[in-house]
Amino acid sequence: MAEGIRDKVVILGMGCTKFGEQWEANSEDLAIESFNECLKDAKIEKKDVQAAWLGSHIDEVNIGKGGNFLGLTLHLPLIPITRTENFCASGTEAFRGAAYGVASGAYDIALALGVEKLKDTGYGGLPDSPAFGQMATMVMPNATAPGMFAQIASAYSAEHGVSMERIKEAMAHVSWKSHQNGLMNPRAHLRKAVTIEQIMGSPIIAYPLGLFDCCGVSDGSAAAIVTTPEIARKIKPNEDLVKVKALQISVSSGEEQMYTDWDGAGMLTTKMASKKAYEEAGITNPREEISMMEVHDCFSITELATMEDLGISAPGKATDDILDGFFDLDGQLPCQTDGGLKCFGHPIGASGLRMIYEMYSQLLRRWPEERLVKDPHIALTHNLGGVPNQNVCSIAIMGLD
Amino acid sequence: MVGIRSYGGYIPHYRMNRMVIFGSMGWINPANMLNAQGEKAVANFDEDSLTMAVAAAVDCVDGFDLSELGGVYFASTTAPYKERLNANLVAGALGTEETIRTADFAGGLKAGTTALLAAIDAVGAGNANDVVVAASDSRLGKMGSAQELMFGDGGAAFLVGDQDVIAEFKGAYSTGHDFVDHFRGAETKFDRQWEDRWIRDMGFGKFIPEAVAGLCEKCGVKASDFDKVIYPCYYGRARKNLNKKMGFEPDKVIDNLQAIVGDTGVAQSLVMLSKALQESKAGDKLLVISYGSGCDALYFEVTENIKNLAPRIGINGYLARKAELDSYTKYLAWRRMIPLETGLRGEEDHWTRWSLVWRKDKMILGMQGSRCKKCGTQQFPAQRVCVRPDCGALDEMELVYLSGMGGKIFTYTSDMLAASINPPALYGTVDINGGGRFVFDYTDCVLDDLAVGKPVDFSFRIKFYDKERDITNYFWKAVPVAGGVE
Repeated sequence: MAEGIRDKVVILGMGCTKFGEQWEANSEDLAIESFNECLKDAKIEKKDVQAAWLGSHIDEVNIGKGGNFLGLTLHLPLIPITRTENFCASGTEAFRGAAYGVASGAYDIALALGVEKLKDTGYGGLPDSPAFGQMATMVMPNATAPGMFAQIASAYSAEHGVSMERIKEAMAHVSWKSHQNGLMNPRAHLRKAVTIEQIMGSPIIAYPLGLFDCCGVSDGSAAAIVTTPEIARKIKPNEDLVKVKALQISVSSGEEQMYTDWDGAGMLTTKMASKKAYEEAGITNPREEISMMEVHDCFSITELATMEDLGISAPGKATDDILDGFFDLDGQLPCQTDGGLKCFGHPIGASGLRMIYEMYSQLLRRWPEERLVKDPHIALTHNLGGVPNQNVCSIAIMGLD
Repeated sequence: MVGIRSYGGYIPHYRMNRMVIFGSMGWINPANMLNAQGEKAVANFDEDSLTMAVAAAVDCVDGFDLSELGGVYFASTTAPYKERLNANLVAGALGTEETIRTADFAGGLKAGTTALLAAIDAVGAGNANDVVVAASDSRLGKMGSAQELMFGDGGAAFLVGDQDVIAEFKGAYSTGHDFVDHFRGAETKFDRQWEDRWIRDMGFGKFIPEAVAGLCEKCGVKASDFDKVIYPCYYGRARKNLNKKMGFEPDKVIDNLQAIVGDTGVAQSLVMLSKALQESKAGDKLLVISYGSGCDALYFEVTENIKNLAPRIGINGYLARKAELDSYTKYLAWRRMIPLETGLRGEEDHWTRWSLVWRKDKMILGMQGSRCKKCGTQQFPAQRVCVRPDCGALDEMELVYLSGMGGKIFTYTSDMLAASINPPALYGTVDINGGGRFVFDYTDCVLDDLAVGKPVDFSFRIKFYDKERDITNYFWKAVPVAGGVE
């Protein structure tokens, strides 16, 4: 029976660029910046990196395919580099590759770097790319991400008997809370406080999602260097260490899209990945044991549904928790402590690592007092890529040694 | 006995008051006020002659077993393809066998009745069992033209056979004249016409009487023997004169729907025939005349079987389902008459991979799915591995056509971000009746028409148009059932 990788991998260092409309930076510049910060934080040299995983999603308007981009940009010395593409989990997948590389004993030190530059598409929202294959163009609606995720709201309302007005109100609180947090974060793309009224009154993008229910696209990069606990203690003998407690992925089976049992009000993959991640991490009561989270708030409705999928909120009760301030920075389980996708935007390949970066930095108490979560021990990140009826979910759990 | 076994009809959901057009374009030709009466039927942004023909054909064959079908004939002067047989797309949408005779009829506006006669001849000669004939047009006049006001969109379909015919074919008489009243060259989008007075007097005024006289003589009947007389002619006063000249009682002459639909081109006399059959009783004698590059005159007699034919939606049913199109510019956009800014997102290129389309032909055209022989689960698209989590049987599938099943809305949204010539894009997940679910576009509706649990029908529509390569791609969309109960 596989025992997972709990406590077998330590995050030795991390880096993260400012996210935003980086009109003057190339993907190369972003990767170099996150890598250098990461290297410095890890207290190692470039030659110590034995293998690398590169997360990026939309290769068509970005860096192309394969791992070459990273080798050629950082001039890594002919080491193995693997590009990971798994929708919005691409960054976390890069992290998983590096962590598994270390946990397996194949490498001592490995790099995970995510980079995505989406602002060269020429228009807002994710690029129109054949993400689901050529047949999707022939038979599926010319759908967008907000349109696909918006459908959770209609299904959630029908399934739980929660009115659309109540859902709108809770969604507005989700975005309001993230903006409150992002305001304080110099790396965030959007750093403005917005009022509930502004959010509720914003123009509809895809019913019932308004503009402020949607995260934007952005440019950014984040990186992690991982190693074994033994090596980490040698390099950083007197520092707190952040250990990986669990890494799990779940991918749709088609039952959401084609079979009729799924309620459409949440994601089966998130339920599955979090269940397995809690097992791997030894968590039995996530609502009480998890100190803070970065979840995939591509849309406020996604964050709402995710709270139930993660087993934090009881089925049908997420709106209550949200409106009670349970996930606010000063609430019982702070969520999107850096501002989330809502304020960072979503350079897809980088987002998962950006989330891990925030949890890592919180665990190591690196932020100003006003931004710090009280006494955190266990942190969770969550990505949901694709669309609700066919997606990939990644969960990472980490904690202080 | 050879004749019509069933009929179907289709008038698109949207109607535009002709004053909306005149209000925008009357400045260029104030005399067009004379043509700006009533309303015209307008194909939705995702409809064309092919989809309307399919809609009429679906209505026509509802309840009939198509496994013995001998052919599918499609008539239109506005077919989407010059090379690629359009009738094959109609057949594909109906889910017929591929070992049938398929043919396109085009050119003159009499091509619709010519297709009907070809079907009658094939069945009569014993060369085919049933043949579906579907005709539709969506012709365009230039901005500010009379044709823009006069033309309407619609279609009709008939099942021709020799069993249980509801209207027996009694005879026909045809003429072919190179009389160029209306004209489009091979590269031309808009109709061009010669002087109205010439068309009225030398066209309708001569050729309709010629065809009537020819048919009456050939079949040994008199004009006054007919209970329902069908002929196209959009000149109102000329129609009255023709009725008098040929001895037709005005109350026996079927309305040409000019005031509520417009001239539907090759489908014009067939739309009128379809509507007439919907209102016919056994023993009625029908005279059907088409006009355009000559005439076909056909003589039918309604039989007792008409009582046994299950009701069709028909022209009357579709006429009753309507919504107002109050924007002339939207009409221009829908008909691709003007360049439209759909944003850079709308400029992304979507290829059509024909070898892939061929492999998935029945899924795309016929909405073919599968049903697991092990667990009975119906699924779409057709799967090799059963999608039911506790089954998962491999290669235990039978193929089933699902377009006729209808479904229920499971989720929905209204998307302003998606590139569309008709925003917002309405789409969502539909649970197909009998099993399976898929994400479909919703059409012929607005956001307020959508609710979880509401019933939908599937309708064959333009999925996307590749203007770079002039490729029209089709798939099925979901249409909320009018008055459907949640």
